[in-house]
Amino acid sequence: MDLNELSVLSLWSAMAMYMLAFIAFALDLARRSADVTAAATKAAATASTLEATEARGEIVSGRPVTTLARTDSDAPQVQARHSPVLRVALALTVLGFLLHLVATITRGVAAGRVPWANMYEFALTGTLLIIAVYLVVLLRIDLRFLGTFITGLVLALLGIAAVDYYVEIMPLPPALQSAWLVVHVFVASAGTAFFALGFALSVLQLVQHRREVGGEDLTKLRLKFLATLPTAAHLENLAYRTNIVGFILWTFTLIAGAIWAERSWGRYWGWDTKEVWTFIIWVIYAGYIHARATRGWRGSRSAWLAIIGFLAVMFNFSVVNLFFKGLHAYSGL
Amino acid sequence: MSRPSDYVDAGARPQAEGPGDGIVQPKLGFVGTLRFIWRQLTSMRTALLLLLLLAVAAVPGSLVPQRSSDPNGVIQYFDNNPDLAPMLESIQMFDVYGSVWFSSIYLLLFVSLIGCVIPRTKHHFQAMRSRPPRTPARLQRLAAHTEVTLEGGNAGTAIESAHALLKKSGYRTELYQGRNGDVSVSAERGYLRETGNLVFHSALVGMLLTVGIGGGFGYAAQRVIVEGQTFVNTLLDYNSFNPGRFYNPDDLAPFAMTLDKFDVTYEQKNLNAYGQPIDFTTRVTMRLPTGETEKRVVRVNDPLRFEGADIYLLGNGYAPKITVRDPEGSVVWTDSVPFLPQDGNLTSLGVIKIPDGLDEQIGMIGFLYPTAYKMETGAYTSTYPDLVFPVLTLNVFAGDLGINDGAPKSVYELNVDDMTQLSGGESGVDSIELMPGQSQELPDGRGTITFENVNPDAGAPADQDATTTDYAGSVARFASFDVHTDPTVGWVLTFAILILGGLLTSLFVPRRRVWIKATDNADGTVRVEYAGLARGEDPGLGEAVDALAFRHGTALGLQR
Ligand code: HEM
Repeated sequence: MDLNELSVLSLWSAMAMYMLAFIAFALDLARRSADVTAAATKAAATASTLEATEARGEIVSGRPVTTLARTDSDAPQVQARHSPVLRVALALTVLGFLLHLVATITRGVAAGRVPWANMYEFALTGTLLIIAVYLVVLLRIDLRFLGTFITGLVLALLGIAAVDYYVEIMPLPPALQSAWLVVHVFVASAGTAFFALGFALSVLQLVQHRREVGGEDLTKLRLKFLATLPTAAHLENLAYRTNIVGFILWTFTLIAGAIWAERSWGRYWGWDTKEVWTFIIWVIYAGYIHARATRGWRGSRSAWLAIIGFLAVMFNFSVVNLFFKGLHAYSGL
Repeated sequence: MSRPSDYVDAGARPQAEGPGDGIVQPKLGFVGTLRFIWRQLTSMRTALLLLLLLAVAAVPGSLVPQRSSDPNGVIQYFDNNPDLAPMLESIQMFDVYGSVWFSSIYLLLFVSLIGCVIPRTKHHFQAMRSRPPRTPARLQRLAAHTEVTLEGGNAGTAIESAHALLKKSGYRTELYQGRNGDVSVSAERGYLRETGNLVFHSALVGMLLTVGIGGGFGYAAQRVIVEGQTFVNTLLDYNSFNPGRFYNPDDLAPFAMTLDKFDVTYEQKNLNAYGQPIDFTTRVTMRLPTGETEKRVVRVNDPLRFEGADIYLLGNGYAPKITVRDPEGSVVWTDSVPFLPQDGNLTSLGVIKIPDGLDEQIGMIGFLYPTAYKMETGAYTSTYPDLVFPVLTLNVFAGDLGINDGAPKSVYELNVDDMTQLSGGESGVDSIELMPGQSQELPDGRGTITFENVNPDAGAPADQDATTTDYAGSVARFASFDVHTDPTVGWVLTFAILILGGLLTSLFVPRRRVWIKATDNADGTVRVEYAGLARGEDPGLGEAVDALAFRHGTALGLQR
């Protein structure tokens, strides 16, 4: 078996792990929903004697249990229990990540260059970075509730890449033989990873916002696990912090791309289709940052901008690469 | 109202919530109306809408080919959509990024930007010189707040050490005496955040100005050179020349460039990429009027910077050398003709025009197959881009080339409207087929044509077993170069770095106010309060206040 075959095998194993992690994360969400139902029933039972607020921090025989608490918004929040299935999901994600890392590194070694020179490889490295960013952020902020989303997204992207974009190892054409390939594409992928996380948080923010506006009755809630997640306002702050990191990386991508274009094509900017879309994405996220500081645009409206921004990123990676004519014809397909 | 409520310059104003941002002024008058429009234009909301509009307006330019980046695409678009194209043309869809509507959006945006940055800069300077504000009476109301009670000492010494600590941590400080006998230090830090923001926005303006005006001081030009040929850096010697508005072609640096050799390396180990070029190296000799010469190399991604001109290698291909003789055998035409590559194996298409010397004008459309392979249909294809088995096929036309009126015609196109086909196609006569070094009669005894072997030592076509013949170098290559100068790139880069630097500071430097207040209690203990207020996004505020309390405690010798 040569290195590239090892890479492919390793990738499919990684996908299997992500698949299992996805299921485990989904089970965790289901369990959260069940907890919310339980908490709601209990709250209803004690409502006559106790204000719901007083149930906060309740501990039975040293074991943490689901508790119901009030937050700034009117909608009630439920504290999630520690759950073994979540730990399993996380372990599977880490395992998948390691296999994914092996797949990426062996691909690079087999090709004798950085593993991001065609669409298959962009996808390989880009999704690796999504998981890496997610895991690193997890060390500081508990975003485990995003697990289903992140593993699902990465699984879908990898599936498409492995089936539709796969190409054998090719040497770098002269146009790509540049140190700027290493910098520009890597930073773009890293930026995309942060945008992906920000996108997930913004989507949740919108859903959570709807729930919070929708009122207090937990029993009527359709996506019950929402009651265990941070408030919309908190999600918005998390999304913002993630997106501005993405934005800075994207700004750098834009500048590095212009420097490379100057070296390679003799002009730093020429409104090539890929350049146009990189610019559009940059402007959308600049709009998003502004929206967060504009009265009347905070909250849901700015979240929509973040979502549109990420959709543009995905569009830029897929449709623009494959179907738009331009100088950046490096899909390898 | 250019900034939202949680910013310095918005703090002092009454916060009129609701529609209209509080700008409800009946009876504006002329100046009032102007001021109203100006205020609207420089509002945060307008800036946001213009930004979003800019993003939307940039989209069509990626859907429709643009003259600036893809002129041939535009021509093709007109051919394919004869009805739609003129309509799109009338709304400048083929020049989106220079169009009136796109320009108005970004110009408005930048006017808004300038109108926004100037007052903020003024404000910022004032803020940097003013004293940190009075300590609020009830610190426990603030988002980040913590307090301790000290067993000994007094408020004065506690505040002295707090003052020193905050100063050391880079805060600007001010001491205040409270009404209830308390003493406090008010501190503020993070002015750099606003500075970064202003640098960022100003650098955007700088970038636009440099790109907009600066582009006029340079030029961009193209030139195709065949191996062995020399190009002189003058207006006339370029294939195309686009000067900027303020560029004077007399300023072209006097030098000449000879293309000595164009080397290509093809992939031969990796069967998936067999024949893919992996290196282009162009060896040139540069010559100055003084007679000095210098050997240089131009490669993709590695332009040659010479005498203020930047020379880029953009394309390459074969330029077969062809000689045409009249029936008497004297040469009427000879040249190396660049053929345009049509595929990865360099099947190349070229046009030969012979205006004088023969009975009638002759035009030929030729295909060069560097490694020819005859398919079952009888047609040739090329199976490898290097010269393993080169074959040139030519269809000959006679008649009027349509170039007598002196109007420039593309050298890569042959207009056969006024010509008759003599060979190939439906003429009933076989196309001319030549290998390097071979000659053949033109149809109807009009003369002969020779496909010259420019490297005759390498192999002889007379060999019976042609596959063993080495045709390496038998056909010259050409390289196409872009030559540019743009004296403003340095400035563009400077502004780009300022943009990035400003962005980093403005997004990651926290701007916060903190207060430390000490009150002597009746029982001899001292109550010390710590509180913080964020200005803008500041996720670390709570931690920072706690850390401050901890360090202050340590400084006071608190046992833990
Ligand atoms: C060319 C158009 C513009 C672009 C690309 C742009 C981009 C940005 C970006 C990326 C930020 C976040 C980074 C920072 O704070 O420095 C920002 C912040 C800001 N911009 Fe702009 N901007 C533009 C025009 C404007 C205009 C016209 C105004 C005034 C009306 C404005 C006012 C602000 C303000 C107040 C902030 C601070 C917001 C915050 O700190 O959250 N910008 N802008």
